[in-house]
Amino acid sequence: MIAELGHFALALALVLALAQTVLPLVGAERRDARLMAAAGPLAVGQTVAIAAAFACLTWLYVANDTSVLNVVQNSHSAKPMLYKVTGVWGNHEGSLLLWVLILALCGAAVAGFGRDLPSALKARVLGVLGLVSVGFVAFTLKTSNPFERIWPPPLDGQGLNPVLQDIGLAIHPPLLYVGYVGYAVTFAFAVAALIEGRVDAAWGRWVRPWSLAAWSFLTLGIALGSWWAYYELGWGGYWFWDPVENASLLPWLVGTALLHSAIVVEKREALKTWTVLLAIIAFGMSLLGTFLVRSGVLNSVHSFANDPERGMFILALLMFYLGGAFALFAWRAQTMVPTGIFAPVSREGSLVLNNLLLCSITAVVFVGTLWPMFADALMGEKISVGPPFFNAATFPLAVPLVLAMAAGPLMPWKRAALFPVMQRLWFAGVAMLAVLMVGYALSGHRVLPALGFAFAAWVVLAAAADIGDRVALFRTPLRNSWNRARGLPRAAWGAAIGHAGIGIVAAGIAGMGLAQERLAALSPGESIQMAGYEWRLDGVRDFTGPNFTARKATISVLRDGQVIDVMEPSRRWFPIARQNTTEAAIHTNLMYDLYAVIGEEDGSGKAVIRVHYNLLAPWLWIGAGIMAIGGALSLSDRRVRVSAPARRAAAGTVPA
Amino acid sequence: MTPLARRTLLFAPLGVAAVGGGLFFGMLRDMQTGEYNPRGVPSALIGRPVPDFALPPVEGAEMPGFSQADLARLGGPVLVNFWASWCVPCIVEHPQLMRLSREGITVAGIAYKDRDADSVGFLRRHGNPFRLLAKDQPGRTAIDWGVYGVPETYLVDRQGIIRWRFAGPITDEVLAQDLRPLLRRYAS
Repeated sequence: MIAELGHFALALALVLALAQTVLPLVGAERRDARLMAAAGPLAVGQTVAIAAAFACLTWLYVANDTSVLNVVQNSHSAKPMLYKVTGVWGNHEGSLLLWVLILALCGAAVAGFGRDLPSALKARVLGVLGLVSVGFVAFTLKTSNPFERIWPPPLDGQGLNPVLQDIGLAIHPPLLYVGYVGYAVTFAFAVAALIEGRVDAAWGRWVRPWSLAAWSFLTLGIALGSWWAYYELGWGGYWFWDPVENASLLPWLVGTALLHSAIVVEKREALKTWTVLLAIIAFGMSLLGTFLVRSGVLNSVHSFANDPERGMFILALLMFYLGGAFALFAWRAQTMVPTGIFAPVSREGSLVLNNLLLCSITAVVFVGTLWPMFADALMGEKISVGPPFFNAATFPLAVPLVLAMAAGPLMPWKRAALFPVMQRLWFAGVAMLAVLMVGYALSGHRVLPALGFAFAAWVVLAAAADIGDRVALFRTPLRNSWNRARGLPRAAWGAAIGHAGIGIVAAGIAGMGLAQERLAALSPGESIQMAGYEWRLDGVRDFTGPNFTARKATISVLRDGQVIDVMEPSRRWFPIARQNTTEAAIHTNLMYDLYAVIGEEDGSGKAVIRVHYNLLAPWLWIGAGIMAIGGALSLSDRRVRVSAPARRAAAGTVPA
Repeated sequence: MTPLARRTLLFAPLGVAAVGGGLFFGMLRDMQTGEYNPRGVPSALIGRPVPDFALPPVEGAEMPGFSQADLARLGGPVLVNFWASWCVPCIVEHPQLMRLSREGITVAGIAYKDRDADSVGFLRRHGNPFRLLAKDQPGRTAIDWGVYGVPETYLVDRQGIIRWRFAGPITDEVLAQDLRPLLRRYAS
């Protein structure tokens, strides 16, 4: 009964989404205010319907209803309640439902917050969002119905993939989807602008917060995924250039470019065509990621079980949205004339450089990810493009990006000179060189890590210089600076903090370049030395969890004969899924991680232990968090809030 | 920019998307008919000749570097092993390489992104299974070979054709189940 209710709610959502597409778009064309006004309520109605479907599916999981195929395939009564709930989106069908739910929520948010949006633009944006929704709800109903029944019902489910039974992975997809879907909103704005043939500063003011929000969530989602790979896969690494990882990185790279070019549209009404194109590509990359992960064209540890038939449907959707938008772009972008002109050396110029470099990195990652597939399919050639290629190809592009991102915020609009910028950055430059030399000496003459630390110092100090310059630090009394700092727009703080976050991540990457690891087979009581620590295996014992059994090692870490930590890495066995997982033990003090993994045991009582000393590893995720905080701060800027003055009044119409 | 050039440029994204879509369509169609299987990834250059390379020696190892011509001159199956002193699984597979070397199998080692002194120290500590030894410090040759990471091992037959690739340490199981039968097949 609940399953049928959910199915019906989803079908209802499809009808509402269709209406949300047709009525406002026709209304905007005919300038019919009543048809345009239908967009908001329809968006809210569609959200309610999809939320109901999602609630139904959650209920089926919580109740462990084994007459529903999706529950049988992905759940089990022995699973902890938390993972029963998160299991709802831990599979293809449920995650798709979450995807359309977030899309609908974004539509409702546009309807709710967009009170002072020009009515035709608002109607068109909601219409395009409705069209995106139609495609994905239809896809869910046609090929991936999560409410399908099974007869006769089995006694119990087949369990969730144990690797996915993890809190980090439970919140990773929702964050990522908010990011992806956020780009659906900027895409809708871009398409609406193309239909209207007009892009102006007001458009930029609306696109920027959405791209900022999407970017912040995507940053968190990617960081969480990387953190999960770090502690759960037990390889000690944080980024593997896996195609699925790349699929989430591509929209992030384009989205970062969009974030910066949208500023130029908002402030200077230049780069309009380019920004519209980026908005389309950002969503295109999100869809491409969806296609790659769910169609089965690539194999990866992360991808869902899938079949080519679904792939065909997603490809059709991808081509419809992307091809349609590009065709519209080719047809209409002619009409967009830039009004702001600027010199090559200027704030705009530095943002163009940022865009060029980010897009080059995107192109490298894009080609590196897709080329092996195409070469295989076209020429039957098996090529593998691994981390060496990506590292070698992206590093030279990242260097100028990092150098320029420090100088850009210090430049004035329209026309700038390099000399005054250099004057304000000299101490960051000196610090960069000092860190480079010290890093080179201390790291045992390793160039790349030393460069990484130097760039980190450069970016963080340049962000500080930016704020220091704006508050006239040391040029006026401190009290005066303090008052200025309080009056500084939050977007300025957000940009500086976001940039500093990149610096922290760079330091983390450089630190990980100096990580040490050792592998040894030890009997209980034996120990090894690494990174100035003594790692002693005290013993290995059995351990039983709610739905797994495990072998847990106890490793004492000693420094100068003193036990500083006892680590307990384990290897879990999930009998229902017939699968092993590795649980790394991590001891962190925010400067470095001590990381231990237990491997196989031989019959004679020896166990293989792998231990890592990961310098600055926590900074990778702290830095990503700081970037997201910068994004959030910028999002709370006055000019974003001012553009939605009726928010308090509108709050009642937005269902949470 | 002339209006025509601008117009052409505006059509470029559509063109790229159309080509990409066509390729993906072909891929999915072939997957349905079974002509294309993304999961059967035997790898890089199986059945193809060794890519051209000429690598310098590891300083201090007192062995010359080698090139693909040197591999061909050996006239028999050769295992080409990419390794590094900093690579943990390389230690795991080292005893197997030593055993193969003692049995008279030619193993050629390429030290990947390693410092000479470290490479030499590694071989001194654990023994040297390599008949040929060279270094690939910049990692360019590894890219040509499609190396995913170290250790990675390739079997090259007497005609200089790559017959097998294994990414990861050669454990006893890999040796017994995969490598031994192949060595027997290509030995004659």
